[in-house]
This record gives sequence, structure tokens and C-alpha cells, in this order.
Amino acid sequence: MDCYTANWNPLGDSAFYRKYELYSMDWDLKEELRDCLVAAAPYGGPIALLRNPWRKEKAASVRPVLDIYSASGMPLASLLWKSGPVVSLGWSAEEELLCVQEDGAVLVYGLHGDFRRHFSMGNEVLQNRVLDARIFHTEFGSGVAILTGAHRFTLSANVGDLKLRRMPEVPGLQSAPSCWTVLCQDRVAHILLAVGPDLYLLDHAACSAVTPPGLAPGVSSFLQMAVSFTYRHLALFTDTGYIWMGTASLKEKLCEFNCNIRAPPKQMVCWCVYAAHSKERAVVVAWERRLMVVGDAPESIQFVLDEDSYLVPELDGVRIFSRSTHEFLHEVPAASEEIFKIASMAPGALLLEAQKEYEKESQKADEYLREIQELGQLTQAVQQCIEAAGHEHQPDMQKSLLRAASFGKCFLDRFPPDSFVHMCQDLRVLNAVRDYHIGIPLTYSQYKQLTIQVLLDRLVLRRLYPLAIQICEYLRLPEVQGVSRILAHWACYKVQQKDVSDEDVARAINQKLGDTPGVSYSDIAARAYGCGRTELAIKVWVCWSMSHAQGSRPLRAGTLIWVRARLGVFTVLLHLKNELNRGDFFMTLRNQPMALSLYRQFCKHQELETLKDLYNQDDNHQELGSFHIRASYAAEERIEGRVAALQTAADAFYKAKNEFAAKATEDQMRLLRLQRRLEDELGGQFLDLSLHDTVTTLILGGHNKRAEQLARDFRIPDKRLWWLKLTALADLEDWEELEKFSKSKKSPIGYLPFVEICMKQHNKYEAKKYASRVGPEQKVKALLLVGDVAQAADVAIEHRNEAELSLVLSHCTGATDGATADKIQRARAQAQKK
Amino acid sequence: MAFPHRPDAPELPDFSMLKRLARDQLIYLLEQLPGKKDLFIEADLMSPLDRIANVSILKQHEVDKLYKVENKPALSSSEQLCFLVRPRIKNMRYIASLVNADKLAGRTRKYKVIFSPQKFYACEMVLEEEGIYGDVSCDEWAFSLLPLDVDLLSMELPEFFRDYFLEGDQRWINTVAQALHLLSTLYGPFPNCYGIGRCAKMAYELWRNLEEEEDGETKGRRPEIGHIFLLDRDVDFVTALCSQVVYEGLVDDTFRIKCGKCHGPLLGTSHMAGLVFNEIRNEHFSNVFGFLSQKARNLQAQYDRRRGMDIKQMKNFVSQELKGLKQEHRLLSLHIGACESIMKKKTKQDFQELIKTEHALLEGFNIRESTSYIEEHIDRQVSPIESLRLMCLLSITENGDARCSLDTHYGPEHLLTFSNLRRAGLLTEQAPGDTLTAVESKVSKLVTDKAAGKITDAFSSLAKRSNFRAISKKLNLIPRVDGEYDLKVPRDMAYVFSGAYVPLSCRIIEQVLERRSWQGLDEVVRLLNCSDFAFTDMTKEDKASSESLRLILVVFLGGCTFSEISALRFLGREKGKREFIFLTTAVTNSARLMEAMSEVKA
Repeated sequence: MDCYTANWNPLGDSAFYRKYELYSMDWDLKEELRDCLVAAAPYGGPIALLRNPWRKEKAASVRPVLDIYSASGMPLASLLWKSGPVVSLGWSAEEELLCVQEDGAVLVYGLHGDFRRHFSMGNEVLQNRVLDARIFHTEFGSGVAILTGAHRFTLSANVGDLKLRRMPEVPGLQSAPSCWTVLCQDRVAHILLAVGPDLYLLDHAACSAVTPPGLAPGVSSFLQMAVSFTYRHLALFTDTGYIWMGTASLKEKLCEFNCNIRAPPKQMVCWCVYAAHSKERAVVVAWERRLMVVGDAPESIQFVLDEDSYLVPELDGVRIFSRSTHEFLHEVPAASEEIFKIASMAPGALLLEAQKEYEKESQKADEYLREIQELGQLTQAVQQCIEAAGHEHQPDMQKSLLRAASFGKCFLDRFPPDSFVHMCQDLRVLNAVRDYHIGIPLTYSQYKQLTIQVLLDRLVLRRLYPLAIQICEYLRLPEVQGVSRILAHWACYKVQQKDVSDEDVARAINQKLGDTPGVSYSDIAARAYGCGRTELAIKVWVCWSMSHAQGSRPLRAGTLIWVRARLGVFTVLLHLKNELNRGDFFMTLRNQPMALSLYRQFCKHQELETLKDLYNQDDNHQELGSFHIRASYAAEERIEGRVAALQTAADAFYKAKNEFAAKATEDQMRLLRLQRRLEDELGGQFLDLSLHDTVTTLILGGHNKRAEQLARDFRIPDKRLWWLKLTALADLEDWEELEKFSKSKKSPIGYLPFVEICMKQHNKYEAKKYASRVGPEQKVKALLLVGDVAQAADVAIEHRNEAELSLVLSHCTGATDGATADKIQRARAQAQKK
Repeated sequence: MAFPHRPDAPELPDFSMLKRLARDQLIYLLEQLPGKKDLFIEADLMSPLDRIANVSILKQHEVDKLYKVENKPALSSSEQLCFLVRPRIKNMRYIASLVNADKLAGRTRKYKVIFSPQKFYACEMVLEEEGIYGDVSCDEWAFSLLPLDVDLLSMELPEFFRDYFLEGDQRWINTVAQALHLLSTLYGPFPNCYGIGRCAKMAYELWRNLEEEEDGETKGRRPEIGHIFLLDRDVDFVTALCSQVVYEGLVDDTFRIKCGKCHGPLLGTSHMAGLVFNEIRNEHFSNVFGFLSQKARNLQAQYDRRRGMDIKQMKNFVSQELKGLKQEHRLLSLHIGACESIMKKKTKQDFQELIKTEHALLEGFNIRESTSYIEEHIDRQVSPIESLRLMCLLSITENGDARCSLDTHYGPEHLLTFSNLRRAGLLTEQAPGDTLTAVESKVSKLVTDKAAGKITDAFSSLAKRSNFRAISKKLNLIPRVDGEYDLKVPRDMAYVFSGAYVPLSCRIIEQVLERRSWQGLDEVVRLLNCSDFAFTDMTKEDKASSESLRLILVVFLGGCTFSEISALRFLGREKGKREFIFLTTAVTNSARLMEAMSEVKA
């Protein structure tokens, strides 16, 4: 315990700074860092080194090597640089490596050295070459700022959405500025540059000279400037060895320091802002062999650098790596300070002590505890311990602090457990990713700022799928956000492995993913298709479909039943339709009749237009006709549209040599037009009625002339017209008209229907009128219908028809017909005698 | 003559197990979504569901409210929504609209979709396209066999008919194979398999594949059912197109029996309820009325017994018999009511003429008269469905030539209906015979090349020729009648059509079972255009007990009618004490067949 604060260095009265080792570097660098272009991403990100840069005029024949390492120095990628000379390297917020070439081209590489894309910073840059470049981060993404050989600046605030902006000229600028940096204020990127004793601020409209308030006199040149992580503070280093610190708006000075070293520092980092609770602002300045932390205090902290080192600004500190080590320098957080400060009597410190004594089974534990409780500070003590645990790098120390917190919690009635539980979880995740093999040395504050989602993304980016999944499961993240997303990423990566056979990849994917909800197989298949592995895309689908077809039972290899296989193909096709052009897609479909029929059905519900195209492609005029017919009543509202659809249908039917259908369709068109006219002229509802109903409606409405005209126009068969009129008039009970109609000419349907229909309306009187006109072979039936059994019997006897006789007989009921029955019996007997 | 409960009949397997299985699985699925939830049920699944799990069982498993899936916004306020649907794109869109509406309103709920009997890829595609695939969890309720009767299992998939025979959609075949697989795991393997039809063959092969995957599970089990016969509906459209005159069929034609429940005057009566129904269901309608009045008289006599009883006897009567008698009485009066209602509709002259025309068509005489009857039917524009049915019957029995009577005066959508009927082979066109056989031989060659998929379209474009007349002659479907056919004492299966016609499907089954193969039926099979789709498969092992060999499972792909069921029940009784068990995609009749083919305005 005594030595725990040994590496704490006080700065002024109230702040301590400590530096501890994160990793001893695994890499085996042949070159010195100073011979390389170096870029390290914030948030414990990867380190890129481009060895053998061009500034050292070596033989051009040796191609430089671009290496990418994790923060612990594990090699991630190594590639020969085959492009032009590089001026600057930098990491984007998505951990993509941006390499700015001398000709203004920016090449973008992935974490694993995979080339992603490239873009150019414009013609002006191309002509004047790049003198210097900076990659900077804003809340929108990552930007690139370039200083050209003509001493002009060009910048793009977001490389994802490239918009080049050429900054205004700095009047009278003849040589390169001694130093410059990008400032982001009010969401706009500015450039601050120093030329001799003057500072200029460039925004996209103008260039204005600025003067930092309270700047010590005698400055003839600014050697270095540093802006804080959040662009709120700025530090300037002058040739007099004087450091000015203030707000980035250059409106307020915070403090100054004179270090009396005139040599230009190699790097300067300003992180003043983060420690909101601390009043201290500090700047780290590095020279070849010296590291200095300066702040609002007369003394500075000095470290000796044994090796060539490189500083990486972080949110809450600075990472310093060299050939052999990787260290972190930060201000000791308040909670830790309270607890560990020598002779601290803070509640947290007492609690930690109490817990230690408790473990030693010493009664002092009770004394300490009592002391805290008497002051009523136990809650605070627990909180302090929890908080401090978060800021500790060593798991041992985290543990003992958490143990203390947990111990203290026992004596509290109502202490919400969340903070403790979350801290334990967070630390577990942090320790896991800080591990040497993973190499993401995040601090607690950085982790909170970064969020777990981004951290998972970064793990996925590093292809650390198992760890990512474990974390998701450990934190019980919802599957869709967590495990499924990672599995989907994994599968997308898997399909890009060109050296593995399609079959194996598909099976592996299926085994891993199974029925995980939220995984989009279409994305995976699309990725495979994007890599030119169409077969694999199909296999992925087939595997998926098969496992689905089998319900919950696990996939059994080698049971490709053709039905399922074809179904699988169908699904792929469905997906590929977005990828392939229409023609190709339909051609592919043609060779899969099973899929084709399914697809047709699918289209009927989802994409009618596609269905039409499909029929068109096949010259399937019959179906095309049917399609338009359906459209004429299902899709079209306006009458003109419907007629047009029918016309198209009719044309299609002619092409299909289905004259019958074509004629019928044309009739329908005529009918529609006519119905429209009828509606206009007569009012009422005619549209959508069938021809038969139209005529009926006309008769019912008393428009007999029209009805007949219509029947003639559409050549309704005579018989049908008679039936129709008969029914309609009977419905109207217009007996007079019916009689007239019956006499208009000889009925083609006979007169029995007249009798029937009158009886249906219970009009016996009318029925009898027609019964007399019924032809001989149906006479009996007619007479029976009107209930004239006696006469029916007479007719039947006259006809000597056995069937008719028995029919009449069956109608003889009760006493009234007794006589008739006898008559028939007699006639029968007579007939038999003969 | 009624034949329930024959002492010599083999015992039927216990199918109530299927219900229990389905119920347990459903409960398991509901429990997967713990807590209160609202259940949305597709209309078509309501009656089958009711037979599996009633509302109180659902409530026990924390189903709060029940909704019907219809195109309306849901009023449910539950935090968990569960959808029980058939795998249809329409349903997916409905669910997607619900979920997306919730999303817009910033509401998060849990959604679970249970597909019955299985999910389809297209459905999941739609969910994915609608962007909600990750928001809903999908499950399958593999409920595909609903026991409607002791010998009747229905898959309750009326859409099978249209989907397969019209749209060429083969997805349901997998469902059939799964159902068969389930049966064989529960009731042992089937030692003898026969089948005819393209779909039958595919289903059979798929099923066999499933069995192989699961090898061992069914092996070693003693078969309970000795034979299985798979039959495609399109092998015999004629039987399904005829008007039914057996009581149960007639009730179905007149009032529609849906999922074992009647509509009309028998409303809500369960199909199996009461001895009365069991005794008359298979009877020719002409006998039913007499039977019922006899029954009524008997009942009255039993009631009358109480006169002259002493107190003790009376007490006994009231406590033991009266309830049964009352029940019987109630059912009897229901059936009498139904009969009267049917009589009113059917004994009318036009029904008799209709039957006469049908018989004439089946027998192939008086074609001119029948044609003019049908024309008159069309002229009167009474019922388009009925007219269509007659046209189809005419065209199949007469090998095409229905052109004369085709007409679009029913409205434009029926133009599409005609094209559907033609594609499904229900309406055929006359084509010169020789060209057709040329195509046929080509097609059959393709089939033997195993390029089965390629001919889907070839088939549908090929106007199928019906050889009904020739088949009828070969199989002797029209019994020679010497004198009056006594419907009270049926001689053969023709009694289900008043002695005029032996159902083709049943005759094929009878013939094949008799020969235990297709041997000698080559010509018939050829005429049925099924040369490559008739198969038999016998296992050599003779493990099947003689008891099991008397049980035959007949699988109708595309639906079967009550007439066919009655006919086969009769056959089973007549021929060596056998018992037929029926598995059908749905119970169908002529009207349903026609409706399935119709294009209606949405």
C-alpha cells in the first residue's frame, strides 16, 4: 500500500498524474519509430506504421511496408506499399486507415490491410502536391485537411460524404506555416495556422488574424500547437519555450508556463478538458528524450524517455508507446485520489482499510466501520470504492476495491445494487478487451464514451467474433442487437473466404446460425453474390431453407430432396431479383419451373407488375390476357382505364390465338361503355353488372326497348332472352306485359315455364292462361302445376301414357281427387286389357 | 342396412391421440410466450382449433382475448400478440401492417407468429421485405391431421386443391408427407403402398425420404394399418362433380358441413352425434325418410310404454331411459327437419331432371338432350356455379366439346374461371387425337428422364384429354341394371349414385386392392394419363398381422366427397370384413370444387 502512490506525481497542489504500463510491446520493430510514418487510433485503437518513407532519400527500388498492429503490438496486417509516396497516415472513426498520398489521393484500408476504396482531394491538390495532411475527427465522422505546395488548405469534414472545401488564401503567405491545426467550432472545421509571430484563423469564407489574450511578449514564432480531444482547448508552444494554454476560441487564457526549452517539441498533446471535476489543465510535451507535463503550476512533471516514443491523445489521458512499451499517462481520478492519497481519511479510504482488517480478522475493522458510520458516510464510501475500482488498471486492485464496496454494502439497508453490478460487468468486459491478445486498452471513461455497441463493432471489425458473442451473452444484450448481429457479420466474413469450398462455408454458416432470430440470410447471400460466389449464395439459401423445411429438427447432411432444393433456389432467386437485371433474372427462372410457379404466385400477391413482365418475357399471351382482365376489374377504377386494360387483354388473346376469349373481352368492353352510357342517361347502377343482369335491370326499370336493343347488339340467344324477360316480368308482377310478351311470337322455350313462374308468384289465374297453351307433351305437367288434376287425368288418358298416368295418380290426394283416381285406374285397366 | 358397429369389423386405430398431440404442441407453443397474450386466429383455423382446444384451455394458458384475423386494425391492448395463421402472404401483410403501425406509434410489443401446419419461405420473405422479420418470432404448429370421425382424418386444407392442381404449387406436398410420416410413427409402418397421380407419387417419395432420415424410429413397430392408397383428385373429377344422393353427402351439398359441423337446420349439430345419424349417413336419400319415420314410430312406442307402468317402473324409466330418449328425439326431429328441407329443394321436378341428366351424361346416352338441358340451365342463369359444374361434367364425360355452351355472359371474371378450369383439366377441349398422343409420348419420355419439373408447364399447357368413356367401359362403371335397382339392399358401390354409376376413384381402389398391384390395369392407367404415376410398394417382411391387413388408409390429395366415403365404407363391409380409413386434404363436393376454380372480384 505504501508504494501504491509511488508513481503518482503531483502537479501543483491538488492534482496527481500517474503513468503506468499497458503492455510491453510484442512487435519486433526493425526500424526506429522516428523513421516511420505513425498513426494510432484513439480509444485504444490500432497502430499503423509505414516504414521506409520517402522523405529519407533511399533507393526507390525498395518498396515500403505498411504494417498494422494492435495496441499491444500484435501484428494485424502487413502489406507492401505499391502506390505513390505517402505524406500522412490517420485512422478514421470507423477504424479505417486513411493514407494521404503526395498527389492528393487518399487510399482507405481496413483494419486487416484490405483495400476498401480511394478518393482524391481534388485537382488543385494534385497539381500542387501535398505538403502536410491531418486526419481529424468531428462528431460527424473523420475529416482530412491538406496543406498543399501552394500553401493553400483543402479540407473535407467527412470522408464518408466527401465534400471538398478549399479554404481561402492567407494573404502574403510565402512559406509553409510553422505549425497548424484543425479546430472544430460550432460544427464547422477551421484551420488555425501560425506564420512567424502571427496566428491566422481560416474558415471557409475568410482568413482572419487572431491574437491569443495574455500572450507573453517576445514571441517570434510558434513551434507547435495542440488542440484538445474535444476541440475546446488549445495549447501553443513558442520559440521562447513558453506555453500558452487557453480556450480554442482564443478568447480566454487559462494559464501559461515557461519551460525554457527552445528546441521544438516533437509532439505536444493537450487534454485539459476532460477532467471536468478537476480544475487542472495540462499539456504533455515530448522531445526526443524528455516528456513534460505542464499545467497551472510553477513546477512541471518531467519524465525521461528512454526510447523514441509516440504520443496518442485520448479522452482522459495520453498513451505513449515506444519500441518496447506502451504506457498510459493520466490524471489520477478524484475517487482514486481520495482513497489512495497518503493518510487519506476519506470514507472510501477508511472502508478499504476496514475491509482489509476484516480479512485479517482484526477488530480494527469494526473501528474503521464505526468511524465511517458515525459520520454517516458509508454510502459515499461504497460509491467511492466502486468508482475508484473503475479507474484501476490492475485486476487485483479492482478486486480489492470492489470487495471493500461489497463489504460496506452489507452495513447499508438500502443501497441500490445497480452501480455495483454494472461496475463488475463493465470491468469484466474491460479486462477482457484489455487482454494482451485483444489489445484494446480502454479506460473506464473511454469505454463509457464509446458505448458497448461501438466496442462490439470494433471487436467484430477485428474478427474477434467469439469474444464479442461472449460479451453479448454475458451482458444479456437483446439478441437482435447482440449475438445475431455478430453472427451475421461473421457469416458475411465467412463467405468472403475464398479458399474454403462453397459447401463447407454454407454448412458452417448454417450450423452456427441455425435459427437465430434477426439474422438476414439475404444479406449474407447478397455478400456472397457480391464476391462473385453465386453458387455459394444459393447454397447458403438452400441450407437455410432446408433447415427451415425440417422444422425444429437439426439439419442432416446430404438429404437434398429435390422439392426442397428447388424451393431453396426460389428463395435465392427472389433475393437475386434485386441484384440481377430483369432479363437475366427471368431467364434463370425459366429453367426452374418449380420456382417459377411459386414466383408467379408470389407476384400475384406482392408484385403485380413483375408478373406482367414475366408473362411478357415468355410471350405467354394467354396469361397476359388473363392478367389484364384481372386488372380491368381489380386494379383499375376509372372506366377508361378498365376499357384500356380490356383492350390490351383482347390484343393478347388474339396473339394467343384464343379468338373466343378475345371476342368475349371485346364484348365486355362494349358492355362497359354501354353501361356507362346507360348510367348517364337513365341514372341508376349499371356498371359491373353482367350482360344478363344489365338486361334484367333494364326490363325491371321499364326500359323494354333498350333491353331488346341490348339483347340484339350482344346477340343474346333467343331462348335466354325469353327466360330472362319471363323472370323479370314475373318479378315485376307485370302480368299484362307478360301476356303481351307471350303473344309477341311463338315462345322458343314453350309455355310450361310461364306456368311455372306464375305459380311461383302464386298467381293461379295467370298460370291457367298459359297452361292451355302448353304443348301436348308437357300439358299434363302444366295442368298438375295449376292444380287441375281432373283435366290432367283426362289428358293423360288421352295420351295413353303410362308415366303420365302414374304422375297424375301421385298427385291425387284425399277425397277430392277420389273420382279422378278411379278414372285413371279404370283407364289403366282398360289399357291393360287391350 | 346401416352399418356402424359390425361385430366382424377390424378395430380402428385410436385417432384421438392425434388431437392430444396437436393440443399439447399448441399449449407448448403458447407457453413459449409467457404471460398474458392476445391470440389472433385466422378464420379458416377457427373451427379446427375449436375441435382441438376450446376457449377454456386457451384461457388456462394465458390467452386473454381472441381476435379474428381480418383486414382491420387491431384493437388489442395486450403487450404480447400471438398470431395463429395459415402460411399466406395476405396474412403476413396483415401482421406487418400491425407491427409497423406499432412501430410508428413508438410501441414495442412481443409478436409471435404460429404457422399451421408449417411455414413457407415466401411468408418469411414477406416479413423480411416488410422489415419486421427480426421483430416477430416464428413457429410452426404441425397440426395437419384432424380426426373428424373414427375413420376420417382431414387436413382441413381446402386450398390444396387450387394451389396444386391449378397453380402448380407443390409446397403442400411436403405437408402431406409430414402428415404421413406422423401417422407411420404413431401407427407403425404401412407394409403395402399403392398410389396413382403425380402428386401422390411426389408425396410418397418425399415421405419415404423422411422415413429414411429418421430410420429406425418406425422399424420394428408392428404395423397397425396394412395398406395405404394415395390418389390424386384429378384422377377422378367425375365423381366429385356429381350431385350427391347419399344422406351425408346430400346434407353437405345442401347445407355444407364444415369441419364436421353442419349449417342450415342441422346447425351446430356435430356430425357424429347420435345414433340416428350414424345409421342414416351412408344411406341413399330415398331410404332416409322412411327410416326416420320408422325410427319416430319406435321412439313413440318407447314413450308409450310408460302408460301402464307402475310407480317403480316409471321411476326407472325416468331416471334411465328418458334422457336418452329425449336426446334421440331432439336429434330425430332435427334430421326430419333437415330432410323436409332437402325434400323441398330436391324432390322437386328440376332436381329429378338434374339427376337424370347427370346419369345420362355418365352413361353416355341422350347427349343431345343433356346438352340442351344444360343450355337451358345456362339460359335461366340460375346459378353460375351449378352451370359450370354441369359444363365440366359434360366436357369430361364427352371428351371435351364444351365450347358450344361457353359464354361470358356471367361477367368478365368468369373468362378467367374458364381458363382456370381448362388448366386444371376440368374443362377439356376437343383436340385431334393423334397429335395429342404424340405429345403424350414425348411427355412421358421426359418424365422417365426424371426431369419431372420441366413438364409442369408442358402439362398445364397440354389440354388434358379425358378418356372417361373408355375408362368407364374398361372398369365397368355403369352397372347393367336388370329391372329396378333396389336402393334398400345395395348390390355395389353404385348405390351412392342411385345405382347408376360406380365412383371411378373407388373402383380403382377396389381393383388395385383385389390384385394387390396395378397388374392388368395398364390400359386404364394409360387412359388416365397416369402411366408414370401409378406405383406399388410392398415390403417383403411378413410382419403384418392379418388384423392389420384388413385396414386400408386411403389418402385423397385434393379432397374427397362423402359419397366416396360411403361407397368405400360399403366396399369394406362387403368385401371380406375390411375397414377403410380416410385421409383427405379436405372434404369436398362439386360446389367447392367449382368455387376453388372461380375467379371472384375481390
